[in-house]
Amino acid sequence: MDLSLSTRAEGEHTVVVVGGEIDVYTAPKLREQLIDLVSAGSYHIIVDMENVEFLDSTGLGVLVGGLKRVRAHDGSLRLVCTQERILKIFRITGLTKVFPIHGSVDEAVAATD
Amino acid sequence: MTVSFTPLPEHVRTARFIAASVARRAGVADGALDEIKLAVSEACSLAVRFNLAHAPSSPIELRLIEEATTFSVEVADSVGRPAPDADGELTFDLSTDDEVDSVDLSGHERLGLAVISGLVDEVRVEYLPAGSVVTMTWPIG
Repeated sequence: MDLSLSTRAEGEHTVVVVGGEIDVYTAPKLREQLIDLVSAGSYHIIVDMENVEFLDSTGLGVLVGGLKRVRAHDGSLRLVCTQERILKIFRITGLTKVFPIHGSVDEAVAATD
Repeated sequence: MTVSFTPLPEHVRTARFIAASVARRAGVADGALDEIKLAVSEACSLAVRFNLAHAPSSPIELRLIEEATTFSVEVADSVGRPAPDADGELTFDLSTDDEVDSVDLSGHERLGLAVISGLVDEVRVEYLPAGSVVTMTWPIG
């Protein structure tokens, strides 16, 4: 399965719904999406990863890059993920301390208020 | 079983599916298959990055080795290099513009190897003149 991306607005936040596999081949598409959003003035981003089936360190690098970009504008990048197999790589790399990780989009939206 | 593939990012997905499929048939526990996919993806992504940058016409070799009680995966690239600086903990420096996905491959290598080490109990990385070989081993049964 390839990578699927869609975006929607939730108040002042932009939710990026990611599905499929994020790896060395598909991660550049996610990076472009995040760059486009920040360029268009979206500085509060929620990445919904509930439909992600695979994530490796290339994808982590893209998310860190996105975080740096929004922080440059005093923004935020929050993740929605409850899948243990995806959360594991965040724990291994210590990134659970870097990204706020939420159980639902509603929770992430509320947290950014 | 040995699979050679050209160093292109689109082949990494195929490589991890082959490894997981052979591992399942070899008798590796189902619970370990996601870890195998991730570890093989990390090793193959590194190999692809190094060969693309320094030896684009050389294939990546994926060797799947079934033994009586273990299943091993070897991923070999064609770029001789020293081991990355292993001292100091893994950090993501958020204060600079240098992303992990920049042209600096040492950051990729440290991160990829950190993930593999976190996933797999038995890992060996050899830095040979002809290239590096990452060997990862899982128990069968």
